[in-house]
Amino acid sequence: MSLSPVSLSASPSWFQSRATSAWSEFQSLPVPGIKDEHWRYSNAKRIELDTLINATPAPATDVQRAIDGSKGLAKTAARFVFVNEVLVESSSDAPAGVVCVSFEEALKSHGDVLQQHFMKREMELGSAKFAALHLALVRSGTVIIVPKGVKLDAPIEVFHWAAGANVAIFPHTLIVTGDHAEVVVVDHYRSLDDTPGLSCAVADLIGSPGSHVTYVVCQEMSDHAQAMHLSSTSAGKDAQMKNFQLQLGADFSRSESVSDLVGAGARSDMLSVSMPLGEQIVDQRTLQKHKAAHATSDLLYKNALYDQTRTVFSGLIIVDEGAHYTDAYQTNRNLLNSKEAEANSMPGLEINADQVKCSHGATSAPVSEDELFYLKARGISDGEARKLIVLGFIEDTVTRIGHAEVEAMVCERIEEKFARIS
Amino acid sequence: MSLQIKDLHAKIPDREILKGLTLTIEPGKVHAIMGPNGSGKSTLSKVLCGHEDYEVTGGEVTMDGQNLLELSVDARARAGLFLAFQYPHEIPGVTNANFIRAAKKARLPEGEDIDAIAFYRQLYARMDQLEMDRSFTSRSVNEGFSGGEKKRNEILQLMMLEPRYAVLDETDSGLDIDALKICARGVNAMRSEDRGFLVITHYQRLLDYIKPDIVHVMMEGRIVMTGGPELALELEAKGYDWIQPEALAAAA
Ligand SMILES: Nc1ncnc2c1ncn2[C@@H]1O[C@H](COP(=O)(O)OP(=O)(O)OP(=O)(O)O)[C@@H](O)[C@H]1O
Ligand SMILES: [Mg+2]
Repeated sequence: MSLSPVSLSASPSWFQSRATSAWSEFQSLPVPGIKDEHWRYSNAKRIELDTLINATPAPATDVQRAIDGSKGLAKTAARFVFVNEVLVESSSDAPAGVVCVSFEEALKSHGDVLQQHFMKREMELGSAKFAALHLALVRSGTVIIVPKGVKLDAPIEVFHWAAGANVAIFPHTLIVTGDHAEVVVVDHYRSLDDTPGLSCAVADLIGSPGSHVTYVVCQEMSDHAQAMHLSSTSAGKDAQMKNFQLQLGADFSRSESVSDLVGAGARSDMLSVSMPLGEQIVDQRTLQKHKAAHATSDLLYKNALYDQTRTVFSGLIIVDEGAHYTDAYQTNRNLLNSKEAEANSMPGLEINADQVKCSHGATSAPVSEDELFYLKARGISDGEARKLIVLGFIEDTVTRIGHAEVEAMVCERIEEKFARIS
Repeated sequence: MSLQIKDLHAKIPDREILKGLTLTIEPGKVHAIMGPNGSGKSTLSKVLCGHEDYEVTGGEVTMDGQNLLELSVDARARAGLFLAFQYPHEIPGVTNANFIRAAKKARLPEGEDIDAIAFYRQLYARMDQLEMDRSFTSRSVNEGFSGGEKKRNEILQLMMLEPRYAVLDETDSGLDIDALKICARGVNAMRSEDRGFLVITHYQRLLDYIKPDIVHVMMEGRIVMTGGPELALELEAKGYDWIQPEALAAAA
């Protein structure tokens, strides 16, 4: 058993030919070795390509369980549930003019937009092979096009479920905003059961001048599965882009997040929270690329590590020639709840312009004994005290999402994970 | 019924700090401890709470008959012991209200939760008594609080948690006169027949506002002298030199 290319019926020929060549690219590219600088401290072989199988439609009982389990935000502008790449439920109250459709649908109805924006950015952070695999096999996910000036208050929420052992899913998210449009999108990646498998997701986030895009990933794949998330953000003039990654599931998760600041006054917030337990490995690679002057990028990645877990953060800020008056910040903080947990941090800077404000910092520290004692001296148990400290640690990252209901939902997901700590 | 400390010895790895301390605090009474810097007053308060920096090498501590030394830090607090810290810690990202709520919830049976409305009503009433601005509920615990604000926050926790025995470690340090009066008022409001206090201070001034029943002098890890409220006045006037060395010899 192994993965094989899929052909999407009635997809445009440009797409078919890209998918076909992506499949050969996937096959010809080697699995990155441990000497590959983008895979330092990590190991691409953790993604067990040989064992994976294409998703096939799940039995009705599984579909129902997935639908029942897709509890997220109370109020949404649109909602999608995919199980094994099949759209099984959707609803939309999005205002007229907003395009919010499944990927497959968009290939038919909005091929031009896809052709212009779909996976156009070079994969610089090490996962070209997996991106090629995604391109070759993608058929689920959403395409969201918000016209000029339209502001969606309620978020668009999408659930991507993998059902069955060794199933691989390849969800795509494409968000394109018109000038001054505003949208919040949440992608959930989950396994229906405690089985191995893979979610290999790619997101293209294109922010036109003055628009606001808040994109939130909640990755809760099973402890035996792997999760990849590759996102590319393009921030136009005065656009405000946020990419928040909640990495809770999978025995190995890898996120690659690139922000291109292409317009003056653009801002990109790159945020992440993880709390690995047991032997989970969280691998994070980021790039803040300043191509225009007077733009800001601000990255805050926080990991609360337990047990024998490991995190790897590698972040690079590149300020191009001419990107004067850049503000670029990068902070990675790791809170260690166990002596055996290990956080690796590799910050980097490449500055080729003047009048630039840049900072990068990484810290890794155990939970403060003084804080613990203070809480316990008030009668709070060790476990509850640690939980409060961890919640306090990630609080400033979660609140930067800037959308109260989404923040509350994220906190709920985290609460659920806490329930698994004995 | 009392908090009984008998011949308590405690050490840090290289040195003994409490060297046979004996003290009994009855409910309804306010005991004051005065003593020179470094005599072990804060150590006593932390040993009572179960701080792991200190190893108890001898003696016993019982609270209303229960062996305190065999309880964990949090269990001691839930059993009714409270310490207002000399140097309260900051907990980034945890709001003061959530913190106090978690502490109250810890005292409920498993699975029960705090009635949020009643909780906030009580919290606001106590904060009003301490003239604390409402903004302190949503600020992170002690983070960015002034020295005096931290101390006031300790008294707020005391008032919210209603312990059976409260140890106040230099609650007066860092307080201006008005704040001192306000905190003392809070403590006095908590005085009752079923609550005992141990007030650690360097200054008679605090004892003008929180009137002690009994005053002890602590030196070199022991109680070396015990008297009435007038002892505090005498210490204020004369310092500690006159106590040495007879009392120390006597206490040993
Ligand atoms: N954890 C510790 N590690 C090292 N030394 C300690 C520790 N705790 C207490 N000590 C030492 O023990 C002695 C007693 O300290 P403690 O803080 O109990 O004094 P104190 O009576 O409260 O003094 P002050 O009036 O200045 O608050 C001091 O010499 C102090 O340095
Ligand atoms: Mg002291």
